[in-house]
Amino acid sequence: MKVSLFATCLVDLFQSNVGKATVELLEKLGCEIDFPESQVCCGQPSYNSGYVKESKEAMKRMIETFEDAEYVVSPSGSCAYMFHEYQTIFKNDPNWEHRAKELAEKTYELTEFIVDVLKVEDVGARFEGNVTYHTSCHMTRLLGVKKAPIILLNNVNGLRMTELPGKEKCCGFGGTFSVKMAQISEQMVDEKVSHIEETEADYLIGADAGCLMNIGGRIERKGKPIKVLHIAEVLNSR
Amino acid sequence: MPMKIGSDEFKNRVDKGIRDSFMRSAVASAQDGIGQRRQAAADELGNWEEWRSHGEEIRQHVLAHLDYYLELLSENVARRGGHVFFAQTKEEANEYIREVALKKKAKKIVKSKSMVTEEIHLNAVLENAGCTVVETDLGEYILQVDDHEPPSHIIAPALHKNKEQVQEVFTKKLGYKKSSKPEELAWHAREMLREEYLTADIGITGCNFAVAETGSICLVTNEGNADLVTALPKTLITVMGMERIVPTFEEMDVLVSLLTRSAVGQKLTSYITVFTGPRAEMEADGPEDFHLVILDNGRSNILGGEFQSILQCIRCAACVNACPVYRHVGGHSYGSIYSGPIGAVLSPLLGGYDDYKELPYASTLCGACTEVCPVKIPLHQLLHKHREVIVEREGKAPISEKLAMKAFGIGAASPGLYKIGSKIAPTAMNPFTVGDKISSGPGPLKAWTEFREFPAPNKERFRDWFKNRAKVDHE
Repeated sequence: MKVSLFATCLVDLFQSNVGKATVELLEKLGCEIDFPESQVCCGQPSYNSGYVKESKEAMKRMIETFEDAEYVVSPSGSCAYMFHEYQTIFKNDPNWEHRAKELAEKTYELTEFIVDVLKVEDVGARFEGNVTYHTSCHMTRLLGVKKAPIILLNNVNGLRMTELPGKEKCCGFGGTFSVKMAQISEQMVDEKVSHIEETEADYLIGADAGCLMNIGGRIERKGKPIKVLHIAEVLNSR
Repeated sequence: MPMKIGSDEFKNRVDKGIRDSFMRSAVASAQDGIGQRRQAAADELGNWEEWRSHGEEIRQHVLAHLDYYLELLSENVARRGGHVFFAQTKEEANEYIREVALKKKAKKIVKSKSMVTEEIHLNAVLENAGCTVVETDLGEYILQVDDHEPPSHIIAPALHKNKEQVQEVFTKKLGYKKSSKPEELAWHAREMLREEYLTADIGITGCNFAVAETGSICLVTNEGNADLVTALPKTLITVMGMERIVPTFEEMDVLVSLLTRSAVGQKLTSYITVFTGPRAEMEADGPEDFHLVILDNGRSNILGGEFQSILQCIRCAACVNACPVYRHVGGHSYGSIYSGPIGAVLSPLLGGYDDYKELPYASTLCGACTEVCPVKIPLHQLLHKHREVIVEREGKAPISEKLAMKAFGIGAASPGLYKIGSKIAPTAMNPFTVGDKISSGPGPLKAWTEFREFPAPNKERFRDWFKNRAKVDHE
């Protein structure tokens, strides 16, 4: 199966480990991976800040970039959701509405793709450790992917999962919110970190680079001994 | 602005909220408790999503035919002997009610809970006219006794106070001598209020739903105070937002079911009070004179526009109780009597962007509000729509942000520029990088790194790794 990887700018620039793990994992599952070079940012930071006009050019580039893809897979629920949101953004635009719809129909978040398209629930991973999982808001509420990451993690050998208290609560990232409303963001991420500590997990796992950068950045600043991993890294370990 | 509370800047209000640890723990425990009960009450129905869709349809139908239903409601109230006054502004509403009070030579007025009368600052107008106004909802009563503190939540106005703080207020202001037990506090308030109902000249209520087909008003409470306010005084005035109409009792039934479950996690509240017009012959109680004040105050401007769905709101506060931002800053930080996600959408519409331009940004767009809304208002999308209006139509975004976003837009849309930018990022960030992290960053990173580490850009971008890997494979 041919998969075009939408790596996201955060992964491209800051978390290449996540990109590597995603490629290796999908290859193990029999996929042929392609990384369209002209991909840029999905436009979410400026779009969510209200700069709709400014964001549309980046969105159009992304639609063009992935036009020939069979499947588009992203290791980020929020960015994958953004591709789905293009349909609404380009509604009634005769040149782009149809193309945006086609992109949405073939775009999947990584775990959703593995469970729903590849029909794999056990990727054969082995990971020793006490973990907890952060359910990202855009991935669960907006994209509607709730079960896939849990199904996959529960089938990882050696992994011991403790449910995160208040798991449905936002971590306080929210893109530009994290700097624009930093004082509020700090309170939100602090509550998230204290819930993670309550689980006594050694690892926090998530499926969205933004949330993980926020929570991880706070954990590191506070000097907590909790390691932060993207779900692709866990599913790719043997 | 009518619904504005205080004159503090947004940032200062938020700082104050965050420092108020009593308030935050009261809000967090209320959110957790109500949130769980709400979920249980919704699950118990078995087909909650169908109920939500039905609720949404009813509200959208009414808004689409609001002129028809307003006329029908007015006719039916008048037919039962009530007076209907349509107030376009808060001044018109206040003046009408003040005149009724003067004509009746009213000295004392009892009120059941009403956000609309908070919106128009009715109490101050009546007090200036020489009336004593007594709030009878326990939460409102506590705030009134505490020097007219504004509400911090649309259905639990004193949510920010814990029982010890209520005890302190009662002791200081009412000579209360008992403990902080909620039962004893409530009993004291009840004793104080009983006499007020019996001696009041006018009762004033809000309106949960007005039934167009019959001209009836429905009030949803847990304390029974609305029963007494509507039954005892000789004159009764109900103030309603113009959108709070249901066609018939059948739709009222659906919306009350959604409201009580969403607001407090109950199948029904202790009291659902419905009354129609003034006391008719053969009726044992009720007012001799009934006035219905229907308030526009900016609502008709929302109708027919991109924010129309906010008028579907039935004021259950489920969005407030689910909001992670409200949780940490509390209601007063919003600077409006309408707080939480509903407040962040509604306040700029009713009160203007000058006072409320920060509110749409006080959200991570996490969608928790939209998920719980019983009438399916896309709240997080409306918050985003406000941002778009602020940036693109109102031009109220800071210039530095505009420039940054413009640059971002150009950079993100150009694969060439993006590639160059991402390539030089590690070098550009070098002065700020220690090991693999940035602890004190420049520009927008400054706010980030005040309390979080920021990762240093990868030395090898993912795209380079991928390219090189392909080369290696082929060699």
